[in-house]
Amino acid sequence: MESKPAPAPFAPWEDAAAHPLIRFEGVTKRFGDFTAVSDLNLKIYPREFFALLGPSGCGKTTLMRMLAGFETPTEGTIWLDGQNIAPVPPNKRPVNMMFQSYALFPHLSVWDNIAFGLRRAGKDKETVRARVEEMLRLTRLDQFARRKPHQISGGQRQRVALARSLALGPKLLLLDEPLGALDKKLRQDTQFELMDIQEKTGTTFVIVTHDQEEAMTVASRVAVMDAGRLCQVDTPQHIYETPNSRYVADFIGEVSIIEGRVAALGEEAEIAYAEGARPIVTRTGGAALEPGQSVFYAIRPEKIWVGAAPHPDRINSVEGTIVDIGYLGDVSTYHVRLDTGQMVKALMTNAERYAASRFTWNDRVWLSWSRHAGVVLAS
Amino acid sequence: MNPRRLVLIAAPYAWLLALFMVPFLIVLKISLSDTAVAIPPYAPTFDLSAGWAGIREFFGGLDFENFIWLTEDDLYWKSYLSSMKIAAVATFLTLLAGYPVAYAMSRAKPEWRPTLMMLIILPFWSSALIRVYAWIGILQSEGYLNQLLLWSGVIDTPLSILNTQVAVYIGIVYTYLPFMILPIYASLEKMDESLLEAAEDLGCTRITAFWRVTFPLSKPGIIAGCFLVFIPSLGEFVIPSILGGSQTLMIGKVLWEEFFSNRDWPVASAVAVVLLLILVIPIVLFQRNEERNA
Repeated sequence: MESKPAPAPFAPWEDAAAHPLIRFEGVTKRFGDFTAVSDLNLKIYPREFFALLGPSGCGKTTLMRMLAGFETPTEGTIWLDGQNIAPVPPNKRPVNMMFQSYALFPHLSVWDNIAFGLRRAGKDKETVRARVEEMLRLTRLDQFARRKPHQISGGQRQRVALARSLALGPKLLLLDEPLGALDKKLRQDTQFELMDIQEKTGTTFVIVTHDQEEAMTVASRVAVMDAGRLCQVDTPQHIYETPNSRYVADFIGEVSIIEGRVAALGEEAEIAYAEGARPIVTRTGGAALEPGQSVFYAIRPEKIWVGAAPHPDRINSVEGTIVDIGYLGDVSTYHVRLDTGQMVKALMTNAERYAASRFTWNDRVWLSWSRHAGVVLAS
Repeated sequence: MNPRRLVLIAAPYAWLLALFMVPFLIVLKISLSDTAVAIPPYAPTFDLSAGWAGIREFFGGLDFENFIWLTEDDLYWKSYLSSMKIAAVATFLTLLAGYPVAYAMSRAKPEWRPTLMMLIILPFWSSALIRVYAWIGILQSEGYLNQLLLWSGVIDTPLSILNTQVAVYIGIVYTYLPFMILPIYASLEKMDESLLEAAEDLGCTRITAFWRVTFPLSKPGIIAGCFLVFIPSLGEFVIPSILGGSQTLMIGKVLWEEFFSNRDWPVASAVAVVLLLILVIPIVLFQRNEERNA
């Protein structure tokens, strides 16, 4: 058996010498009085799978349309490969887009849809044929080449749209909610297919989505956006484990947020959150805190252990009452009201059958978690 | 079969039978008859009281004389040809005038579209006859158009437009424009805007995007509009007789003259039957086009 050396981790954003493919420099976009994107700075590197994540109206689609050339920035500059792209019309940019509605040409067959861009580029017949067939193989559409878009399924249409936008071999591919129209199961399969194709072609992908799971699955880095600003740009793991604000913590995954105040500050911090309750002991993770500062303590449900008694190895333990149980099969979510009034979510894996029936509504339980489990957020 | 279903199916057939087949058979019968100085002005007439012999005599009296006559006098085939030429040219002109209007409507802001649609339909609320008459006032040598052109110095002698084929084209384009605009608008309006963005993204300019995407997608609307204009203009009578003067030859006018000036009902009926046959061909083509797009 041949053993491959482990590939170096792909992290050009940590390399100061790396040249970004795209650079947003103080980009602002206004529509009348409405500011869709506000003073945004961002670097995206070659071969990245970059996700723009945010609720609708956060400016992520505007950002993408500026890259495609359908909108021009009101202020600031977008650099693509060292070139200011503001004066370049969409049909001259080395950028292609996969539309949310797929925007397949209904009067053309799958084959002709994929060939559309190549023909406009004036490629000769043989080149067009070879490239279209390559794209058909890549997206496993060979046997549907002669069909019209309305004669194939939603998942196949999605692949045609992808093949068509990749056919010209763009430097940058933009994907606008590419999987939004697919059902859940198909969406999950397609996510992996997308990652596979991205790796095979080596194209830089920028995906816009409001589905955090999708962004976390496919992306090398995720930018969480809100109201025209970037809240945090980081790897999926960092976004999840060390969010920099309540907004990010809340937007990605489940979280319980406890409001408190820094009671003691050393190597560890103590967060007092209620009169008479033992403060939460936590590592600060390098956050600049001051004694007495009011803060938010964010903890993910799966980091909390639920038991009949305090967990002996965990420094934080509080007692509460179960008010709600969500049984999801693999896991159960407990909504626990602490005696001090806060609501905390805890997640337990149902490793054994019937284990879920251990606790029920109105049971008194202990919640325990370690000093590394949560993060302290200033905002 | 379910009696309610039977009634439902029978209704359109009864409609066709009463309002199309029966009148057509009557016209067909008249076209096979001979002229007579009588009321009605043709013979033989159907007389059931004479019994079996009467029926035999009736069918014996029918012949194709009138259809043969249509081929002998060159007035008829010249009129058919001229009608087809005028209808075809007018249809093309209507398309040229109507497509930009339909395109502009489909690109207008959604809140404006119902208003624009209303404006297109509005002329139908007054009589077509009056609207065609109004063109006399515009086109005649001392009419508004000539006054305007003379006043602005574009021409120094009045143009004679009225009583020419140009006036007929103007009249047909004007009258049938909504029939061209509405189906084209319908096909353009449902087009997804992102298709044009996709075309641009793949290297098209605005103009090539139009010819590669917008135009092919509006083809069903163009075909429907062309048939809706061509079919009625082929048999048009009012416009050529009001605006076209004596030199414009159209089959609708010939038909009218055979009926009302010559009182030759059998020949007029024969003209009508041939006209119908000429029309059936484009109608069938139209139907097949509709089915293919369904």
